[in-house]
Amino acid sequence: MNPEDIRQVLLEILGRIVPDEDLSALQDDVPFREQIELDSMDFLDIVMELRKQYRIQIPEEDYAHLNTMGGAVNYLTPLMKDVSAPA
Amino acid sequence: MRYDTLIIGAGLSGLAAGIRLAYFEQPVCILERHTTIGGLNSFYRLRNRNYDVGLHAVTNYARPGTKSGPLSRLLRQLRFSWDDFQLAPQTGSRVAFPGRTLRFDNDFELLLSEVAREFPSQVDGFRRLAEFLEGIELGKVLEPGLTARPVLARFITDPQLVDMLLCPLMFYGSPTPDDMEFTQFTIMFHSIFREGFSRPREGVRLILKQLVRRYKELGGELRLRAGIKTILNDGSRATGVELDDGQIIEADRIISSAGLYETLHLCGGASETSVATDVAPGEITFVETITALNCQPAELGHRDTIVFYSNTPTFRYANPAEPCDIDSGIICSPNNFQYDKPLDDSAIRITALANKDCWMRFSDDEYAAAKQNWNERITTAALRHVPDFRAAAVDTDMFTPRTIRKFTGHVNGCVYGAPRKRWDGTTHLENVFLCGTDQGFLGIVGAMLSGIGMANRHALRQS
Repeated sequence: MNPEDIRQVLLEILGRIVPDEDLSALQDDVPFREQIELDSMDFLDIVMELRKQYRIQIPEEDYAHLNTMGGAVNYLTPLMKDVSAPA
Repeated sequence: MRYDTLIIGAGLSGLAAGIRLAYFEQPVCILERHTTIGGLNSFYRLRNRNYDVGLHAVTNYARPGTKSGPLSRLLRQLRFSWDDFQLAPQTGSRVAFPGRTLRFDNDFELLLSEVAREFPSQVDGFRRLAEFLEGIELGKVLEPGLTARPVLARFITDPQLVDMLLCPLMFYGSPTPDDMEFTQFTIMFHSIFREGFSRPREGVRLILKQLVRRYKELGGELRLRAGIKTILNDGSRATGVELDDGQIIEADRIISSAGLYETLHLCGGASETSVATDVAPGEITFVETITALNCQPAELGHRDTIVFYSNTPTFRYANPAEPCDIDSGIICSPNNFQYDKPLDDSAIRITALANKDCWMRFSDDEYAAAKQNWNERITTAALRHVPDFRAAAVDTDMFTPRTIRKFTGHVNGCVYGAPRKRWDGTTHLENVFLCGTDQGFLGIVGAMLSGIGMANRHALRQS
């Protein structure tokens, strides 16, 4: 998957976790929590959904990389380069 | 047989925990002693009519699409949509004491104006109290052992107003006589006065049905008539359970909604620990009369969703000396919510404090007679607050602490669990955790959030 695919995956996951949010204007370098209602339980779900759907294991000390869209895409790019994009 | 997680009890908390684990593909099995799901919040059919047990109303009402708050969080975590629970808001409720009334609904402004009308000298203090409570993170323990009354006294000087505010909150959640844990109070104040009541048209059965359907779709296993004899353990870790029929099921961890005392008992440890007050089961419990009517309550002039009343100026919330305390109670009608069209069935339910020992001690004959006798006395005492509906009655039933014990397995047949909550859900065994009333969150929404929270914390983060 390339960074753009990963961004789409993250948007799909966020859409599942916070269905009542408008995700169309999310900014890359601003923490998710400043843009949408995302509590710690929801945040854990980003990690859990990545594991469930793509078998990506993210250790707890790396969770901070997922605070922004830009950070998450950068962090996941090497981890997901061999994962094929969803159809 | 082996699972990652075994869940004890198919009530709201156990089912919610199960959905979280099954959604994230954990092998999980819910074991339920009874022949039906629901535990404390369930439903039954009697002489061709549907009845709910437990649920009067869903607290924490929020309008569909609300992005924050307990109800929204619950739906998100279980991947439900707002439509799945079909919540209709209340029409309006009140607290009724001799000569005084406070009405409230799902708009906090009504309660504020009612306090201003009935207690003009107290409204500033009440407003400051409400602001103070808004600043506290829900569920956060400020100070262990802190109770509501000393905090309320800092803001409100009229003891009658204190009692009228505590009345609905204690009735809907306090396992402690005449007071409630402050953490519990902050949660209840928010869920009842700030957010308010609603109900699915079909009652609690709709919510349970949705939970079970989701859980099974995700591959979760549910076994009914699977009572647990023992939680197998070596004193520090559990390895699984032995069922009543001798079958052994192994698991990496156990999440129990059976209650703290009851769970320790299953671990074989309750004989030494039962005397310790921090695991003592609760004493506060209730009876409830349910009267089916041949017309809508509104046709008799009764439009309130819920009436919390005390017929004495001082509200007494304790284990009564007699089988029931008829001086106070809760009158609830499932009909009085803002549904699209009126319910087909009609009923009025009246809940009153009860002495568990009296009800447990009765012989079968005495029990039947006592049910009839107290049903009549409770109804008569409640007629100060509701039009006389007895001529419209077509059927009646009553549940007692005995019924509650039978369906929940809680030793005292008590509704709100142990007075001391285990907010972190841990027990003396490193892989046995609590969810449900003894963990600390109450009500329908609280129960489900408890299951979700404990599954996240103890079974998803670590795995």
